[in-house]
Amino acid sequence: MTKIDPPMALLAELTHRCPLRCPYCSNPLDLERAANEMRTEEWLRALGEAAAIGCMQVHFSGGEPTVRRDLEDLVAGATKAGLYTNLITSGVLLDAARLKALAEAGLEHVQLSFQDSEREIGNRIGGYAGGHEKKIAVAALVRETGLPLTANFVVHRQNLHHLEAMLEMAVRIGAHRVEIANVQYYGWALKNRAALMPSREQLEQMTAIVTGARERLKGVLTIDYVVPDYYARRPKSCMGGWGRRFLNISPSGKVLPCHAAESITSLTFDNVRQRGLADIWRDSEAFNRFRGTEWMPEPCKSCDRREIDWGGCRCQAFAITGDAARTDPACGLSNDHERLVSIAAGEADAEMDGFVYRQFGNAQKLLPQSARPHSE
Amino acid sequence: MSERSIIGKQSVPRLAPHMRLRFDDARESWTIQAPERSFLLDQVAHAIVSRCDGAASVGAIVDSLCVMVPDAPRDMIERDVTALIQNFIDKSVMVQ
Repeated sequence: MTKIDPPMALLAELTHRCPLRCPYCSNPLDLERAANEMRTEEWLRALGEAAAIGCMQVHFSGGEPTVRRDLEDLVAGATKAGLYTNLITSGVLLDAARLKALAEAGLEHVQLSFQDSEREIGNRIGGYAGGHEKKIAVAALVRETGLPLTANFVVHRQNLHHLEAMLEMAVRIGAHRVEIANVQYYGWALKNRAALMPSREQLEQMTAIVTGARERLKGVLTIDYVVPDYYARRPKSCMGGWGRRFLNISPSGKVLPCHAAESITSLTFDNVRQRGLADIWRDSEAFNRFRGTEWMPEPCKSCDRREIDWGGCRCQAFAITGDAARTDPACGLSNDHERLVSIAAGEADAEMDGFVYRQFGNAQKLLPQSARPHSE
Repeated sequence: MSERSIIGKQSVPRLAPHMRLRFDDARESWTIQAPERSFLLDQVAHAIVSRCDGAASVGAIVDSLCVMVPDAPRDMIERDVTALIQNFIDKSVMVQ
């Protein structure tokens, strides 16, 4: 029997509605409609339950969480329950009054996304005119409100040449912390993989830049770097292990071990509207399916890293092989690894830069075959 | 904020704004809650961090810990205190 620790943090995906249309969005292709979203009192109950089972932090995310007009109430409820509150936002709907109200409700940190360091590319990737300019202004408002700021940059083939500029920009706008996150290929990002995948050489250049900047900016800017695992030798410790540290609640109340877990169509997930969170965390079939090490196949089962990477990523195993219980293809010991690397290298070279934007109605669309950037 | 801050005996460290020192009931442990991360503090770490109140210098914190653990050599305590605080300053968890 696998020992079950209390979860560290809850990712609360309040909604899938979002004014931006980033092609690497981690939301599922099958976006939840507003009518199915949990009501204020349902979220408040879930937040209380999350705190009670040991969560220390809540990340309010989406979609765009600020489209929820009850966000202040949810922040206040989470604060009252003893949770450290973080807002993960695109920023484009925020103004000074709303930020002040959120801070007064107890908000402790803002993570603001940017699609690039430059306006034109940023707005093309986000699929939202004027977004970049608005985000720069909102960053200043966040700092004026006195809230600490993390700048988040998702990086990929079409913007990674600006990595140095992104780090400079993070310092310039007063961010305490920056996330440089290579796209992880699930949901919309998987659909757009050919337009986003970097080459191995590009990845190596990025890693060198981040390593240098970390040393140079010690105590000035905390840099969190998420590497793309297609070129890795060993898989990432996805979520710190399935059902070990994190849980995610979808807009309609589905409780997931990670935000991409719904992509594993062979699993069914309990809903916090019907079942208590403590019960789901401890006893639900989906959480227990890949918890610990007993579920593992070889070579994972006897690997000396099995309690370091916990078998890597189940969603990736499912996406690439159709079997969520296989060894993560990102691992060099997986029989599927060579295929993964050749997919990555082939797509990095193909120069297909057009996107399928993330929006209701686009789930069935195929990537445009032209090499020219999609303009709208 | 433009260059790395190095601590010395005269430094007066404190938690950075919006870092929260909290006792966590589920884990029966003191923690620091920081953006997107939590630090669990063991007894020694908590003894140090709880003294970083923005008034006491590193030297005074070491004095206070020497009284608390009279058997431990002072230079060892000083080394541990300095290392922990410098580490938290490098991670922007503390400022001076």
